[in-house]
Amino acid sequence: MKVRAQIGMVLNLDKCIGCHTCSVTCKNVWTSREGMEYAWFNNVETKPGIGYPKEWENQEKWNGGWVRSKNGKLEPKQGGKRRILANIFANPDLPEIDDYYEPFDFDYQHLHRAGESKHQPVARPRSLISGQRMEKIEWGPNWEEILGTEFSKRRKDKNFDQVQADIYGQFENTFMMYLPRLCEHCLNPACVASCPSGAIYKREEDGIVLIDQDKCRGWRMCVSGCPYKKIYYNWKTGKSEKCIFCYPRIEVGQPTICSETCVGRIRYLGVMLYDADKIADAASVPNDKDLYQAQCDIFLDPFNPDVQAAARREGIPEAWLQAAQQSPVYKMAMEWKVALPLHPEYRTLPMVWYVPPLSPIQTAMEAGHVGMNGIIPDLKSLRIPLKYLANLLTAGDEKPVIRALERMLAMRAFKRAQQVEGVKDDEVIAAVGLHDWQIEEMYRVMALANYEDRFVIPTSHTAYAEQAYDMKSGCGFSFGNGCSSSSGVNLFGGKSQTVRQVIPVDVQE
Amino acid sequence: MSFINHLLFGIYPYIALAVFVLGSLIRYDREPYSWKTGSSQMLESKQLRKGSFAFHIGILAILAGHFVGLLTPHQVWHWLGISAATKQVVAMAAGGLFGLVCLYGMTILLKRRLTNPRVRATSTKMDIIILVLLYAQLILGLLSIPFSMGHLDGSEMLKLMAWAQHTVTFNAVAASQAIAGVGMIYKLHVLLGMTLFLLFPFSRLVHIWSVPVKYMRRNYQVVRQR
Repeated sequence: MKVRAQIGMVLNLDKCIGCHTCSVTCKNVWTSREGMEYAWFNNVETKPGIGYPKEWENQEKWNGGWVRSKNGKLEPKQGGKRRILANIFANPDLPEIDDYYEPFDFDYQHLHRAGESKHQPVARPRSLISGQRMEKIEWGPNWEEILGTEFSKRRKDKNFDQVQADIYGQFENTFMMYLPRLCEHCLNPACVASCPSGAIYKREEDGIVLIDQDKCRGWRMCVSGCPYKKIYYNWKTGKSEKCIFCYPRIEVGQPTICSETCVGRIRYLGVMLYDADKIADAASVPNDKDLYQAQCDIFLDPFNPDVQAAARREGIPEAWLQAAQQSPVYKMAMEWKVALPLHPEYRTLPMVWYVPPLSPIQTAMEAGHVGMNGIIPDLKSLRIPLKYLANLLTAGDEKPVIRALERMLAMRAFKRAQQVEGVKDDEVIAAVGLHDWQIEEMYRVMALANYEDRFVIPTSHTAYAEQAYDMKSGCGFSFGNGCSSSSGVNLFGGKSQTVRQVIPVDVQE
Repeated sequence: MSFINHLLFGIYPYIALAVFVLGSLIRYDREPYSWKTGSSQMLESKQLRKGSFAFHIGILAILAGHFVGLLTPHQVWHWLGISAATKQVVAMAAGGLFGLVCLYGMTILLKRRLTNPRVRATSTKMDIIILVLLYAQLILGLLSIPFSMGHLDGSEMLKLMAWAQHTVTFNAVAASQAIAGVGMIYKLHVLLGMTLFLLFPFSRLVHIWSVPVKYMRRNYQVVRQR
């Protein structure tokens, strides 16, 4: 047993209101630079939809993630090492900028400068890449917001597999949900495996996956390797960038900026202990539907004295072991089993998990006679099809989704009976296999969701680990290069990092 | 005339090669963030896929041919039983074939770089300069083939081999003397070649140093300890 610790995340989709505060704060902090305008380390998609970039879940199109070969070994779906090197001159699986969207801004200055005229002046769009006029904006970072675009386009959503999707194109049957997405900081990352330079790595101490900007050569194999399409090629610097899980914040015990600013309080951060020796076996189980359980099996019980002893031998600090015991991520993923991984069938063992959303009963007419499954409403009468959620979260296996949804419904029923009717409904919680104290804790963590219950992040003690004396006259955070090229003159070419606020433009009247 | 000849073919190569080596080292050490392929594939993929593969295959074969052809001592060829005339014909045929492959790819890439608005807008001056110079160099190289038809005995080739081998063995005088008599087209080709070495560290060509050979031997997963 080789114990490692990772900071994992859970997103409670049942409470996501799709406000995009996470995306906007993330962009303001990390990607408000030229070359990264199109990149969203965190984005929120409306489902069903093809998402960002287009059809990212369709691995027959993009060849991301891993495949299990006949001999039981895993290989990146875009090809093994030899094929990756053979494709190095031109990557056949690389998305183009139009698969994301062409970044644009508007000629706002024109509104100030326009002379007197019959008509209102308008600010027209302009490409942020070529600087040229865009006559029509064809796609954007969130084009499908709240079921935008016609159903025939959204119909291509890969999660509709084995769902009679066309029914859900009808107005009275339509459904939607939000899916905030960020880098999964996988246990078996396909981007790391695809990088010819070895520039991408997983940090041993907290599991955060980072790209070494000084070692990245821009071979762009990680972009196609990642099945979640969460690595972005910076077209200006020629290097790939990705969500860094706000590691400077995590190191000092603060939540990531997307979690911190989430107004719905849907995000949870906590330590997960896992057995690194079992990663390869778990990721290569033959059946896709077993991957969820296989990943659960490599997580370790932080209350088990053997696990604690093994963790101490690996040098995991005491604060991390305590945090692992209070981890909301462990509680939701392992204890209550309400959180599920996103697309486990990609075999990357993702570490950002999701609580599936409950949804209204199918139609108002039926509301009077909801099918009841004992005490809990029949989940088949929920508006979002179970198969759709299962395709999203458990490789198509509905049982874990049903268990999660039933437990959430049971929590509501129990608290309603307790607080409205003043009775203790033991029947409802027995039906979902939980104790009353667990329901109370679920209620505290998931419904009330106080700050200190959502974020249990041990510090990395950077203040002690780094000698302040050695950092004297250092350059702090920089875009690689350390203290070099701070003078503004760069002998070796390359455009300097800038933020282009407004493209100067003169419009002739 | 002989002074200029010595300056261009006896001294200039050392300046170019010194800048090539030292410039690469300094850039690698001081400016690792600028060390990259500079790919623009995500802005335009279709033309790149057509051109890039042909260009790279062609130019790698040509480069390898030049290294082997110029730097292998003629005694070795003699020992192998390959006469200068035979070697020249092989070099012309192979160089011509891969040269055409490379020309096909580079024509697509050059057109793409100059005319695609996205690629053009994001190109640095050096991106364009280096591509145009490579294109000119390739055309010079291909043009030299018909000239070589005029003397199939390999005599011109032997002079160029002598120049290259004297240069790498630091015999500048002998090198510039050896090349003094070759045709103008070869001299231009050599001169432009040295200029490419000179510009190498300041351009995206540095990615050639970073051929990811280590990838084949490493584990798929990379974990860094604190």
